[in-house]
This record gives sequence, C-alpha cells and structure tokens, in this order.
Amino acid sequence: MDLNLSDEQKLLRESAERFVAESYDAEHRRKMANDPLGFSPAVWKQFAELGWLALPLPEEFGGLGGGAVDIGILMEAFGRGLVSEPYVATVVLGAALIERCGTIEQKQASLPKVADGSLKLALAHSERAARFDLAKVATSANKTGQGWRLSGSKIAVLDGHAADEIIVSAHIHDHRGPSGRIGLFLVQATTPGLVISDYPRLGGGRACNIELCDARLPEDALLGDGSDALPAIEWAVDRAMAALGAEAVGIMQTLLDTTLDYTKIRKQFGRPLSANQVIRHRLADMAMQVDEARSMALRAALKADSAPVERARAASGAKAKIGKCARFVGEQSIQLHGGMGVTEELEVGAYFKRLVAFDTLFGGSAHHYARHAELGRRAISA
Amino acid sequence: MDLSFNAEERAFQDEVRGFIAENLTEEMKRATALTPSVFSDPDVGMAWQRALHSRGWGAPGWPVEYGGPDWTPAQRWIFETECARAGVPNVNVMGVKMVGPVIIGFGSPEQKNFYLPRILSGEDYWCQGYSEPGSGSDLSSLKTRAVRDGDDYIINGTKIWTTHAHHANRMFALVRTSDGPRQQDGISFILIDMKTPGITTRPILTIGGDHEVNQVFFDDVRVPVANRVGEEGKGWTYGKYLLEFERGAGIASAKLREGLKAIADLAESDLTGRAIDSPDIATRISEVEVDIDALEMTELRVLSALQTGQNPGAVSSILKLRNSEIRQAVTRLGADVIGHDALAVEPMRPLYKLNHEPPIPEEMLTVMPEYLNGRAYTIFGGTSEIQRDIIAKMMLGI
Repeated sequence: MDLNLSDEQKLLRESAERFVAESYDAEHRRKMANDPLGFSPAVWKQFAELGWLALPLPEEFGGLGGGAVDIGILMEAFGRGLVSEPYVATVVLGAALIERCGTIEQKQASLPKVADGSLKLALAHSERAARFDLAKVATSANKTGQGWRLSGSKIAVLDGHAADEIIVSAHIHDHRGPSGRIGLFLVQATTPGLVISDYPRLGGGRACNIELCDARLPEDALLGDGSDALPAIEWAVDRAMAALGAEAVGIMQTLLDTTLDYTKIRKQFGRPLSANQVIRHRLADMAMQVDEARSMALRAALKADSAPVERARAASGAKAKIGKCARFVGEQSIQLHGGMGVTEELEVGAYFKRLVAFDTLFGGSAHHYARHAELGRRAISA
Repeated sequence: MDLSFNAEERAFQDEVRGFIAENLTEEMKRATALTPSVFSDPDVGMAWQRALHSRGWGAPGWPVEYGGPDWTPAQRWIFETECARAGVPNVNVMGVKMVGPVIIGFGSPEQKNFYLPRILSGEDYWCQGYSEPGSGSDLSSLKTRAVRDGDDYIINGTKIWTTHAHHANRMFALVRTSDGPRQQDGISFILIDMKTPGITTRPILTIGGDHEVNQVFFDDVRVPVANRVGEEGKGWTYGKYLLEFERGAGIASAKLREGLKAIADLAESDLTGRAIDSPDIATRISEVEVDIDALEMTELRVLSALQTGQNPGAVSSILKLRNSEIRQAVTRLGADVIGHDALAVEPMRPLYKLNHEPPIPEEMLTVMPEYLNGRAYTIFGGTSEIQRDIIAKMMLGI
C-alpha cells in the first residue's frame, strides 16, 4: 500500500505544471476560444516531443507504457490551465480502443503515429436517443461484398473535427441480419458519406455531430475480429471519466486558489471579504470538496484496470462525486467573485463552464449514482 | 502507487484476523451491535482491552518503551479495518488514545510508571473533564478553579458532557490555576481520582434514550499537586495536543463502511419491505458509499505520507468533519430505511439485555437511537463550525 508519487511521476507532474504555467496563459486561452480549430497544432507537437502522447501506449508500439495514474497527473495539470488540445479524444479514448480491440496490423498502423503526433483520433459513440446508455446504438454497419456500409447519427463527438480518423460504433449486420454485436469502425475523416458539423464546446475546445449516409468502408475498417465491443467501450469510457475527473480537480484547484486570492483583496464594508466567517466557511467547504474530488479521481485511476464491476463502480462513483463537487466549487467561485464572476472579463466563468461540461459528459451525477447503485446490486446478487 | 498490501502486510492481516477469531466472543459482538452509544459499556469494552493487552496490542499508537506494538501506519490501518469489519467492542478512548499520549508526552516518570500500565491493562477507566456549561467551543473560557493549598489543589466548579463519568474511576481535567493575560493562560492539566470526596455526578440522558454523558460537580475537592501533568499554567498546550489526537484518529472509513453495510442489509431485507427497491434509497446508499470511498482514499493518502515521514498538514480537521457528517448521513439513511418502525421507542438499556420482546426486530433496535444520538457527532470534539474555522486558518491562511 503506497500512494506516494514515484520519482518519475513527480518529474511528470513538475514538467506538466511548468509547461501549462508557461505556455498556457489567459491570452492563449482567449485566442483558442475564437480559433476555428480550438487548439494549437504547435502545442500538440510539443506534447509529442514531451512524450505525453506516447505516455499510456504500449512500448512495442512506440509508447512509454504508463498507466491511468500517470494520465491523471498529466490531466490535473491540464485542468489548471484549461488545456484544450484533443488529448482525451486521441490518446485516452481513441488510442486505448485501438490498443484493446485492434489487430496487430491496426495497432502497428495507428499507435506509433499517435505517439509521434501525426495521427489524431476521436470516438463517435453517443447517440441522441441513447442518452447516457452506452449499450444503446442505432447506427448500423452492413456487411457487403467489398466491406462495410455505415449509416446513422452521432452526437457530442469530442474533437471529431480535428481527427484524422474517427472510431465509430455501429451494430454489425451481416447477411443474416442484426448480429447483436457492436463493432468499432475506423473511419477516415475524408470518407464520402461522412458529414461532420462541429461547434464550439462549452468550456473550450470543440465537439461535433456526425452523420453517416451509407458511408463505404473497407473490410479492415472494423477493429479487431468483430466480437462485441461494448465491454471495451465501457472500459475506455470509464478510463476517460477517471482522466477527466483528474482534469476537473486541476480546474477546481485553480478556481479555489483564484477565489481565495480575490476574497483577501476585495474589500467591502472596510474589510476584506475573507474576514467574514460566512466566507471563510464557504472557502473551507470548497477546499474540502477539492480534496474529496482529488481522492476520488485517484481512486478511479488506481482501479482503472480492476475487474469490470469494481472498475465501473469506481469510475461512476468518481464521476458522480467529482461532478457534484465541481458544480459546488464552480458555482461558489462565481458567487464569491460577485457580479464580475458572471462576466467574460474574468476567467472564472471559463473554468466553471469546463466543469459543467465535465459533469455533463458521459452522464451527470444522478446518472452515475444510479449506475453505481445498479452495479452494486448486480455484484451482490451475483 | 499501489492500493494493495504487500506480503508482510497480508501476513499481518492474517495475524489480526486470527487474533479476532480467537478473542471476539458472540456475546461481545452482539453487545457491540446493540449499543447505540459511542463507546461500549465498560464490562464489554474492557474485556476487549484486556484481550488486546495480553497480545501486546493494548495501545497501538504508543511508543514501544511504554508498551506500544511498534506498528507502521499501514499496520495500524489493517488493524483498525479488521476490527471494524469484525465488529469488535468500541473501547472508551479516554485512556489509551487521550490521556495516555499526554502522560507520555508531558508526565513525570512517577506518573508514567503509575498510570500507563493501568491504562494498558484496563484497570483504570478514564473520563475527560474539558467542557463546562459556559465553555463549549470556547473551551479556554473554562472557570473550574484549582486553588493551591499546601501540597494540594482545592477544586471547585463543574464539567459537562463527561462521557462515562458514571463508570470512570479517574478523570483528566483542565482547570484554572491562575488568571493570565489571555484566557488560554493559567490553565492546568490535572488527574483526579473520581472517589475523592466532594465529587458528584449527574446523569444526562441524550435524545436517543442513552445515558452516556454526565455533568460532574466539584465541591472543595482536594487533589494532590503531584497529580498535575507538566507545568502549572501550561495545560492549554497539553489539552490542544490531545484534541489533535481526538480529531486526527484518521482511520474512520472502515467503521463507516460497516455501518452503511448494516443499513444496506436492512434495505435488502423483507423486514423493511425491501426498501432498496425504491430508486431513491438505492441511490442514496450509493451516495454515502461514494463519500466513504473518498474519505478512505484521503485517509490512505495521509497514511502514505506518514509512512515516508511527511507531514500530512491540516487534513485532520477535514477527516473529523467528513467522518462526522458521513456518520450522520448513514444514520439518517437508516432512519429512512426502517420506515414505520422508526416510530417505535425502546426505552430499556442495555438493548442486548432486554427482558422482554422488543417492539421491532432486533436488527433495527439501534437505528433510531443512533440517528438521534448521532446529532452529537458534528458537535463533540470541536463542532463542524470550529473545524471549518481551523481549515480556513490552517489550510487556506485566512
């Protein structure tokens, strides 16, 4: 039992925090907010050079063999600066699914390119009618003589506009009809029949909706052997939730620090706001919730490779709890900044919006407490 | 980073499990489960303390030279966790965890030789004389006065919320020996034999129907000066040191988890008409479980820091605050889970020695008393409001 960072992890944290502090200032964030791409390709290149894109990938495919805890260290630093590069879409979701489901050829074709920064990925899984149910997929993939034809609609695809390849989930239909299996398909961004409509994402970066109209894919577009990909999708989303939870912790810490500083400087009735007990107690509650969130993000990361039910309960528990803490810390940060907190003139709002996006993504607190409860009951009755 | 235990730690876990299996009787377990107070009754609690002592485990936090077992923080974690899982008696902490460390830190050689072995063996049963009717959170405003008369102090005043004063043969108390420029000055830390003439104890019944706390009155009570710990007038420093022990116990999540499990078992049972089938109850159980997960991780983070000699910082106030709030959440959940059976009041104590059929199933008997008495969790040992003051001051510097 040891929850201390290793020397390598301390170095990773230091270098990530330094990078974010030096190259991710308010001006950069403002520029990115109005940028059609939503992030900086130059920064992405630096990520590659620093080894961060290779961090969790297996060593045989050009990776560094890091784990979920390492990703969490990086993500917490990203959160502090509100980094908008497509790290989760490409590395935490995309590359992880290729690593888990892909054939050896598919891995060789993709993973080294992710590591060197030349391939960006995205996962298109959510559908409007499914809400947060990962098992509900209406998009279909029909087997033809030449390969596959995909049709359907996906929403809230993180960074899909920037991806070179999008991993699309679809129900596999072979010549006998629906197979009952979900497949994952590697779709080139340039594929005819694929329409991407992107929009600025709440809290920075971009997302998109995509339409597939009889998009023709080659036979080897299907990741792996076509066995049901749902367990892999659940695994990848659980890991992404742990990573995003760590990012949320970094965001919350920045909001707490900023708000604390402000309440010391801002004077009303002849004394600093922080001289009031009601303000001090609010800040104490915020600090406590940041700490609880930090514990939960770490817990989800440490259990990211546990057996499915344990992993999923840790991920859902973390997602629910961190979401709840994030709303509280974010809303109170605005409250304590007063009217200025509601304006775009301060950055508090931008950090808050990223927290709201976190809470919503892959399902909010209510959804994940319910999933946690449901999985617990299944674990007991099993 | 690693959440799992190494081979040595697993071996120790087996050792603890073996010890518990050998020493924890069914009677002790039942009495503990049916005690809706913070501490077990002395006959139950001290039986367990004697068993621990005979194994050399009577005082896990003490230095080896005074009889501590020299455990690593991880071993202490394993010990506390296994004890909570097994449902061992809740030994009154006033001796081993409270006055013991103060005597070790500040007592004279004679005091150490006399008191420490008697704490370990359970021969002495201690209570704490801190709060007074006019001094709750503002503890250092205390007025109980000790006036020097030759080799004695003569003590007059009153103490309140004195847990198990009606069982204790000794009290450690903060008394005023002089008036300093600050109200924290002039307070002394003194050890009092409860049999001394002039001491009377009045029971105070808590809203759950339990007699656990008391008010103690001192009328010209003569206590030898030799019973003072450390220097005269420095008692506040020693008392604060002890309060940090009270708050920073640091291993509470295992007990919370067992408490929640008992409520979840009730919710899954026909006794409550399967309360868990209500999505609201199921979700709330998950919410509390997740809060316990978070507290456990924080405890483990602190433990890891301690293992490598780092100072975990002002986190003990966070642990105290969250532990007390979650304990209340567990008992509140329990009160909702048992439904109409929350209406039944069983006034007899102890609940494990009733001489009649209780109005509701035995599994539910402690639920309402625990909920009601449990309102005190966020009050004793420094209210939640005081803890927030400490967090703001120590962690945030405001």
